[in-house]
Amino acid sequence: MSTGVAEHDTKHETLPARPPELAMHFDNMHQQFHSGKLGMWLFLGQELLFFCGLFTAYAVYRGNHQEMFHYAHYFLDTKMGAANTVVLLVSSLTAAWSVRCAMLEQRKGLLITLALTFLCAGAFMVVKYFEYAHKLHIGAVWGGGFHVQTADLPPELLAKYPEMTGEKLKDMGVGSFFAVYFCMTGLHGLHVLVGMGLYIWLFIRALKGHFNRRWYGAVDNVALYWHIVDIIWIFLFPLLYLIG
Amino acid sequence: MAGGVVAKPAAHDKPRKHYLNHIKTFGSWLVTLDHKRIAMMYLGAVSFSLLLGGVFAISLRTVLWNGAPAGAEDGILGATMEQFYNRMFTLHGAVMVFLFIIPGIPAALGNFILPMQLGAKDLALPRVNLLSWYLYVMGLCFFVAVLVFGGLDTGWTLYPPYSMGGGSQGQHVWMSLIFAYMAVFILGFSSILTGLNFIVTIHKLRPPGMGMYDMPLFLWALYATSLIQVLATPVIGITLGLSLIEHMFHVGIFLPEYGGDPVMYQHFFWFYSHPAVYIMILPAMGVQSEIMGTFTRKHIFGYKAIAWSSIAIAAIGFIVWGHHMFVSGQSPTAGIIFSFLTYLVAIPSAIKVFNWVATMYKGSIDLKTPMIYGLNFIYLFGIGGLTGLFLASISNNVHLHDTYFVIAHFHMVMVGSTVNAFLGGVHYWWPKMTGRMYNETLGRIGALLVFIGFNLAFMPQFVAGTRGMPRRYANYLDEFTVFNQASTIGAYILGSGIGLQVIYLIHSLFKGRKAPDNPWGAASLEWQSESPPDFHNFTKPPIVTGAYDYENWEYESEEAGWRLKQEVIDTGKTLSKVH
Repeated sequence: MSTGVAEHDTKHETLPARPPELAMHFDNMHQQFHSGKLGMWLFLGQELLFFCGLFTAYAVYRGNHQEMFHYAHYFLDTKMGAANTVVLLVSSLTAAWSVRCAMLEQRKGLLITLALTFLCAGAFMVVKYFEYAHKLHIGAVWGGGFHVQTADLPPELLAKYPEMTGEKLKDMGVGSFFAVYFCMTGLHGLHVLVGMGLYIWLFIRALKGHFNRRWYGAVDNVALYWHIVDIIWIFLFPLLYLIG
Repeated sequence: MAGGVVAKPAAHDKPRKHYLNHIKTFGSWLVTLDHKRIAMMYLGAVSFSLLLGGVFAISLRTVLWNGAPAGAEDGILGATMEQFYNRMFTLHGAVMVFLFIIPGIPAALGNFILPMQLGAKDLALPRVNLLSWYLYVMGLCFFVAVLVFGGLDTGWTLYPPYSMGGGSQGQHVWMSLIFAYMAVFILGFSSILTGLNFIVTIHKLRPPGMGMYDMPLFLWALYATSLIQVLATPVIGITLGLSLIEHMFHVGIFLPEYGGDPVMYQHFFWFYSHPAVYIMILPAMGVQSEIMGTFTRKHIFGYKAIAWSSIAIAAIGFIVWGHHMFVSGQSPTAGIIFSFLTYLVAIPSAIKVFNWVATMYKGSIDLKTPMIYGLNFIYLFGIGGLTGLFLASISNNVHLHDTYFVIAHFHMVMVGSTVNAFLGGVHYWWPKMTGRMYNETLGRIGALLVFIGFNLAFMPQFVAGTRGMPRRYANYLDEFTVFNQASTIGAYILGSGIGLQVIYLIHSLFKGRKAPDNPWGAASLEWQSESPPDFHNFTKPPIVTGAYDYENWEYESEEAGWRLKQEVIDTGKTLSKVH
């Protein structure tokens, strides 16, 4: 093929009928949108398998040490966990709402819902910070490092089992519980942080007016990601906090 | 152009613009979103990894010529001979598995060919493709860091407790291990993104008129591979992520002294690494299907059987990981179930082999270089597959576990089949990718050297293994000398075969004859593009013909290759459709 014809072809592809958002290798917006979306769904499938390892570890250790898991769950503050669950559920609502706003080109609504989602994610991390800080402070940590003094044990635990001591818990291998707890919630927390980054990115793009009724794939896909982060927490909360 | 009516005389005045020369700056390669350029960078990198892993293999075979002198103080590179051997077999395994075989065919050949076989302009997600490439480069850098920080001697499987917090010489591989975990973690995500991209592309970018059953079988194979990549690789990701945390902070997930469970690591590891074996072999089977059809000039036999057997292998592959753990202390019931499931894999594998053989039956076999690799594949995969059945039976396995029999078995599949198919695929698509023909005679000699060297290297290991020679030892009893020395000679011949290919392939880039658009008379869509393809792949939309309907093409000359028959161009209809 001669050069001239190749150049002609290139011009042919940039006819004004093609929307500016449409990438070179797609035929139409529909194909482009659904390619991105299928990619996101596959990525979410990958995410589930990624967390699967930790859920398996949880099942194995809990199956092998049921008592220890029972004692250890007193260290987790159900109120904080419940508050975080509510915060995340609200953020999922605003995330879904933001997709609707983008679809309908409601610029103000889009900016507000994106910001709210980001703020909820931030609130989740603040609560998480207080939970982590308390555990690290009293020495409720992973593996052999567990060193909680009896005086620092959760009052609910002592009320029910007055003879319990920090030493006994350590000998029971309660470090395994905290290994699983910190790995699961830590990995989930990392995903929340990534989500916060994505929502800043979306917010900036929305400010620049990048999204319209033809092209809001990014808002949709990030919302999908955000829902999976939410769903994983929906499983983490009862499995870790509510096993009394 | 599609019909092969390339304006050859004009080429002297002004070279045709194609994907390699339409823009020539170094920076344009670094940020390219073109699947062809990314594929070529991958091809360079995986070939480099193949050579690197090959050097390690040659080194360890050299140590095994006589075995390392036990307890001797003097060695090389600041280590005793035994330590050197431990590092060599670990790095050979790790580099070959993670840097070469897993990305090899999908990311290099698949990346180039998949969109073209669909008649598409690119993969569906070009930026994801570029990200996947840079993740691969990062993983490669981390592996180089492993080398710089004193190597690794834990075996490529990185089993705890040996691989965490220590190593055979205390803490000296501590940093190397961190880099190794990072490397495999990152390479895993590179692999996931490639697979994800392929699935999306196959679903969304097929041209009108091409259903799933109209695709070349290479794409079915890549599709099955991609499913495994997306669904199994995250598990190795989390496993090595946890291993890294365990290694650094002793959290008590895998290390028994902190309350962890090392056998759980083995389950997690093989939950990925067994399906990963099919990540390695399935694309090779895809290449094989293309080669068998093209060089017998006969419609592939049993299209749907081959297509669905790829999916079946991928699916069954997820539930057989326990056969790596027959002696790990898993329950006898689990062992029996895993043994049974492992036998199941033989069925779809055999279906493929029978279909390739049936394709050759009464075909017009053309012993070009790729076809010789294709024949190597059938022979060696036959042996590799059948010895897999020996290992699937528990009673045999307990005897043969961790012997050279296992080594020979999986090399028959990984090298005998996958590397053969990789080399066959490189030769098959070389004219398309580079626009140059390699020297056919040297190609055949290279393929023959690979075949002879490979058999000499691994056949004796079956015998040594059944007589009890364990793997991963730097020394052996005198009775094994003859097997080891034969094996070492075989490794040298294999190495020289690959060395020869490096020389003539690179030579062909500069001095090779210009390749016609379709030198083989192959019928899938990529051969309707020019060699090398235009930046947009096709300068005019390809005519969607049957991927194995060779009747649509007629031979013109050695310079012009094969061209679509005029009536196909005129009517836009494929001449036959066998299903």
